[in-house]
Amino acid sequence: MPGREELLDALAGLALFADLSRPRLEEVVHTFEEEVFAEGQRILRQGFSGSNLYIILEGDAGVVIDGVQRTTLGKGDFFGEISVLLGEPPAADVVALRTLRCLVLPATDVQAFLLGHPHVTFRMLQAEARRLRSTTLWR
Amino acid sequence: MAVRAHRRGPSTAAPPFPPGTYPVIVVGSGAGALQVSYFLTRLGIKHAVLSADDRPGGMFRNFPIYQRLNTWSKPHAPVAPDSHHYAWYDWNTLLADDPAHQALVPEFMKGDSYFPTRAEMDASLTAFVARTGLSVRYGCRWEGTARTEDGFLLRTSDGEYRCRVPVFAVGMAEPWKPVIAGIEHVPHYAEALPTEAYAGKRLLILGKRTSAFEIADALLPVCREIILVSPRPTLLSINSHSTAGVRARYLLPYEDHILGGGVFMLDAATSLVERTARGFRITAAGTTRPGSLVLDADAVVAATGWTSPLGDLRGLGLATFAQDRLPALTPFWESTTVPGIFFAGAAGQGAIGLRKHGVPSNSGGLGGFRHNSRVLARYLGETYFGLAAARPTLQPAEVVPYILSEASRAAELWNQRSYLARVLTVDRARGITDEGILPLQHFVDAPGPDAVAAVLETDQSGDHHPAVYIRRDGRVSEHVLPGDPLLNFETEEHRRQLAAALGDLLQL
Repeated sequence: MPGREELLDALAGLALFADLSRPRLEEVVHTFEEEVFAEGQRILRQGFSGSNLYIILEGDAGVVIDGVQRTTLGKGDFFGEISVLLGEPPAADVVALRTLRCLVLPATDVQAFLLGHPHVTFRMLQAEARRLRSTTLWR
Repeated sequence: MAVRAHRRGPSTAAPPFPPGTYPVIVVGSGAGALQVSYFLTRLGIKHAVLSADDRPGGMFRNFPIYQRLNTWSKPHAPVAPDSHHYAWYDWNTLLADDPAHQALVPEFMKGDSYFPTRAEMDASLTAFVARTGLSVRYGCRWEGTARTEDGFLLRTSDGEYRCRVPVFAVGMAEPWKPVIAGIEHVPHYAEALPTEAYAGKRLLILGKRTSAFEIADALLPVCREIILVSPRPTLLSINSHSTAGVRARYLLPYEDHILGGGVFMLDAATSLVERTARGFRITAAGTTRPGSLVLDADAVVAATGWTSPLGDLRGLGLATFAQDRLPALTPFWESTTVPGIFFAGAAGQGAIGLRKHGVPSNSGGLGGFRHNSRVLARYLGETYFGLAAARPTLQPAEVVPYILSEASRAAELWNQRSYLARVLTVDRARGITDEGILPLQHFVDAPGPDAVAAVLETDQSGDHHPAVYIRRDGRVSEHVLPGDPLLNFETEEHRRQLAAALGDLLQL
């Protein structure tokens, strides 16, 4: 199981944090909590308030709406941000498809984190833009 | 309240629990082990309790290092000390069913603070063991673990034990330091010296969580300067709305920092600790304010946290997280990867729960994990040993007032917000049954009959309010009830909204 150094290395390898210096990566490690979910465990619950922002370090998760899996998420992907940014319950369940290791940031801390880490915010916007583009193409 | 004299002396009786086979083995003799042993005993589940220590108390025998706890035991509370709901005002006493065994911590407190001293806590735990008649085999160190056909084998310093279910209540008892060059020169919080040793010194503390602030607060009157260093800004409990932040009891150093009086809080990642002729030199890089820092100090303390002493359990496949410091657990505190191995006490925080609005479980502290132990004992009894725990029934008209009363004052719900729930099931044949306290995560994620689970939650604004989760035909919906400035959730509006949420669920 990863210790602090391995966690720092894992973060450095994620696109979201690619622009951060080592000290700032250490700040991220201290700011986010690390959580691990067993296969089949729900992380986000459709329609429940008070969810958080998650970033996948390892493993795969399914995005499930009304019991139907719509897409999968993997290492480096993040989820929960729409719910956190809009202050609305998630529109989907997110379920661990196998052991899933994530970083989690409480919704209360997301605004301060994004404002304090503009490079991460920019990378997150890029990822959102790609999702939007693929959704548009899909139609 | 007067401090009672209590005597401790060597026992001439043979130690209990000789090596052999037991249905359950509890490892530890701290608050978590004692609490789970108490509830197993109440349910008539035979078990052995093994501890490497020489007396009860676990971490409370030595910590907090500067004497006073940061969790309250209020001698003057809105409810009587012998009432069930008093536990919310007394986070430090182990739970007991007999009134003579309740509210033990306030009984041993002098009355000059509502935070007990370590000695007062120690005395209350010793009294709990004596009065409830709990037994522990002391001086028996758990050294190894293996699977057997029908359970587990524990190798100890006293010989081999076999059991169906081991419950590890070994706490977060092992000092933990991050990998930093030269950190081996730095004493951990657990090795901090008596206050007078820091008189007139410039002290650097690695860390900005509660234990770092505890040291800073205790040494504020004697140190020349205090510098706290960690990569992230300080997180206060009053901002996180949970005990995950630094407790207000230790915030004088924070004010000193804000007013510029000789305490400094630096957001920086430390890369090197060196010994110098005068003491220490620390090299760090700023995070929220970039730049290199070279700091000289007369003394350094690493308040960098703790880890759970998991022995050889990783070798059995135990999954861990939080930088390998906690076991990954199911809602009933069972390893997610080694079925049959359970945890009690502070290591129980490895069961995360829903973390609604960012509020984690309170299982890292006695105030929270004591409630888990009651749930765990019953779960083990019913899952492994054929126990049929009593479940009272309710009339439909009793449900709304009962749920709102629980949300207003039940210690289980307040100590474990968004985490432990009062659960009522509804069945046409059996009526409405009080299933007791269960983990909310289990309720919302596991299949089950029509039912309602009531919890207490705190949202991002800090507003406390009840929430109910209603399961009908296998689907669970969330219903958040309003808050109240005086935390009175038994108003007409609460009754109306709860009744509307329940709809015709209670029509049998």
